Amino acid sequence: MGAERNAAAVAAASPRSAVRMVLGLLWSDKFAFVAALFLVFVAGCAMFGPLLLGDSATAINLRLRNFQPFTFEHGWLYMLGADSLGRSMLARLVVASQNTLAVAAAAVAFSMTVGGAFGLMAGFLGGWFGNIVMRLADIIMSFPSLLIAVVVLYMFEPRVANLVLVLGITRMPIYMRTSRAEVLEIRERPFVAAARVMGASSFRVVFRHVAPTVLPTLTTIAALDFAFVMLAESALSFLGIGIQPPEITWGLMVAQGRNYLNVAWWLAFFPGLAIMLTTLSLNLLSSWLRIAADPTQRWRLEIPRGRDG
Amino acid sequence: MAERAAPILEVRDLAVAFHTLAGELDAVDGISFDLDRGETLAILGESGSGKSVTAAAIMGILDSPPGFVRGGQALLDGVDLLALPEGRRRDLLGERIAIIFQDTLAHLNPVYSVGWQIAECFRIHRGFGRAEAYERAVDLMYQTHIPDPERRARDYPHQFSGGQRQRIMIAMALALEPDILIADEPTTALDVTVQAQILDLLIELRNARNMGLILITHDLGVVAEIADRLAVMFHGRIVESGPVGEVFADPQHAYTRRLMSAIPGRAPPPVRVATKVVGAAPLLEVRDLAKHYEVTSGLMRRRTGEVVKAVDGVSFDIHRGETLGVVGESGSGKTTLARMLLLLEPPTSGSARFGGEDLFTLKGPDLLHLRRRMQVVFQDPFSSLNPRMSVAEIIAEPWSIHDGVVPKAERADRVVELLDRVGLAAEHARRYPHQFSGGQRQRIAIARALALAPDLVICDEAVSALDVSIQAQILDLLKSLRDELGLAYIFIAHDLAVVRELADRVAVMKTGKIVELGTTAQIFDRPTHPYTQALLGASPLPDPELMAERRQRRGIGIQMVKNG
Repeated sequence: MGAERNAAAVAAASPRSAVRMVLGLLWSDKFAFVAALFLVFVAGCAMFGPLLLGDSATAINLRLRNFQPFTFEHGWLYMLGADSLGRSMLARLVVASQNTLAVAAAAVAFSMTVGGAFGLMAGFLGGWFGNIVMRLADIIMSFPSLLIAVVVLYMFEPRVANLVLVLGITRMPIYMRTSRAEVLEIRERPFVAAARVMGASSFRVVFRHVAPTVLPTLTTIAALDFAFVMLAESALSFLGIGIQPPEITWGLMVAQGRNYLNVAWWLAFFPGLAIMLTTLSLNLLSSWLRIAADPTQRWRLEIPRGRDG
Repeated sequence: MAERAAPILEVRDLAVAFHTLAGELDAVDGISFDLDRGETLAILGESGSGKSVTAAAIMGILDSPPGFVRGGQALLDGVDLLALPEGRRRDLLGERIAIIFQDTLAHLNPVYSVGWQIAECFRIHRGFGRAEAYERAVDLMYQTHIPDPERRARDYPHQFSGGQRQRIMIAMALALEPDILIADEPTTALDVTVQAQILDLLIELRNARNMGLILITHDLGVVAEIADRLAVMFHGRIVESGPVGEVFADPQHAYTRRLMSAIPGRAPPPVRVATKVVGAAPLLEVRDLAKHYEVTSGLMRRRTGEVVKAVDGVSFDIHRGETLGVVGESGSGKTTLARMLLLLEPPTSGSARFGGEDLFTLKGPDLLHLRRRMQVVFQDPFSSLNPRMSVAEIIAEPWSIHDGVVPKAERADRVVELLDRVGLAAEHARRYPHQFSGGQRQRIAIARALALAPDLVICDEAVSALDVSIQAQILDLLKSLRDELGLAYIFIAHDLAVVRELADRVAVMKTGKIVELGTTAQIFDRPTHPYTQALLGASPLPDPELMAERRQRRGIGIQMVKNG
């Protein structure tokens, strides 16, 4: 029957071609491709920015206070203008990306994994455990999240770790509720029953069948939540209980620039733009990911773009 | 035949196409037919043949875009419906042509009482006052034989059974006394006994109102039961048409002939050589198995003391290589029975011994080992395969659960072997479930069930969701697997003909009990229990003469002469 040849075709594709396939899928969605490039750039800034521009970001030059953007007379460092102490906006934006992304990514990752795991278990096990988890979510949600943050950060030290923890916990209920609701539906599907009949353990059912179906929804929420967490962090920093100067984040820059909006709009505008572009890119990329990770939708990326697809 | 008056609906060269990514796709490719008053025309075809699209195009409810009418006419008393401006057409449609669908729950609004919904037609189209419209609605419910219409008119759709909801849909469709009623698979979701009642009702109303009835169906039995004329659709074309008796007796087109030969249970049941070894212990012994649900009510889930007996003391044996058919209508407990045997639900009481071991007390490695010997094929091939796993992953999954059955290195080869065994090709292994048709998916599910070389496969309505010709192929596959591998099946179905085709013995279930258990020949030729007799009497057979005779006995004659 030519089984050997066929079996070779069945064998998993090599990792190299898997990478190429992903890149190909990414290329076919141009928006997602640009978004991915932007995110790689921002991640690069976050990793190497403080090393390269750390000094310029804190160098005060009072002669250049609120210096106009888009001129090169003081070199490329000042092309985006300078802040109220004459520090280079460009350098500050690049340096701030590290704290901003670290805090937001850590908080989102925390709430997604912990919240998602709790929701998964609540949906799968049900019973008293499920009830407790859901009431916990209700309690967290019924508190204004900023209020919890203020109280906790006031009592404890406003360290980065505490900030991440507080932001993470206050955003957890969304993941708990969404994943529980999806699990309740998925666990009744016949393919889960079929896996049970084969003898699959609960562990296998959850991680092989249920979790992969829930994950795309969670990543989409996470991408949206990224922006919320960045803004919440900036609000806390604004209140003085978040990131402490001289450390900087984009949110903190927006907050500080607010006082100068009528004389120097760029102090708040550029960090705001950075937040917006990052969030937008994450959203574009997550919607691409949702399609690319779903075998029933993937054809949308595989066909050449004709009419409106 | 009496002299024919001008037909009330004439469809000429109707063509409907859909915009798709691969270009324009012809769904209906130039079909023509007529419909007279007082006549039933059946449009028969399998899924994708374009029969429902035809109805939608006539009714102006085509999904557009992507669908569009490419050409042709639909003349209602000489007026071309397809050329009318939208407003005029809508007026005509409500008044003169009405349609009913298969999925009644989706087509009734859940937040209004059914009386209100039927009355709405009168208020909008006739401008009746509230009270008068409501009175008319109750009257219609009376005409469609809904018991106690005054009281039930105040109930909501979910409080009615499927058959009653279809009656309500019919009442709504008939509110404006249309000349033509299009019924799109009206009884497909219903049990056979209920189906027979709905078909009776349709005929009765057609005769009383001298309507034209277009019946769209995939079921040859339903066609034989109530249709006068038949048009067979295949790939968007009418390949054959004529009086039902003639087409059934002497099908001309190859496709029609294939359909007729695919009907399950038409041939006399094959006499199988009994594989049962005399005196051997049965593979599965079920004794007094029961599943009761306590009814709870209110917020506190207080027990009301009421008990629903889904399965109520069922006992049977199955030997190696034997097929037990389990038939029953919805709610008879047959699926609950299967779920208990598959250990998906704990039983309330009773026992089951599989290969001598007590099924319900096994734990740990013993249970895992037993799982290998009993597998399942579910009804819905669309949801029983994980859409995110490739076919190879799906079929190989049992082997990663049960270590050591098939070594990792050999799995790819074994997947190809299994695919070959169920009639699929090796290159299918890398595809995903959504890239297959329903019949192919069911083959994948069967391959997965076979992966562990089980002794017993439970098929829970495994062919019910498939077209007749695909159904025949899957049944053939199941038969050949049984003969080659010595499998035992528990074959659960509501379709008697399918069970007759495959089963050695049949158990008839009603409200949780087995009311009759016997060999297939006994059950079908000499049923003793009244329920079995009723079930056999209600299920439509693809034989027009037999059906007419049966109908005569029930006292509803088909009006053979038109315009009388």
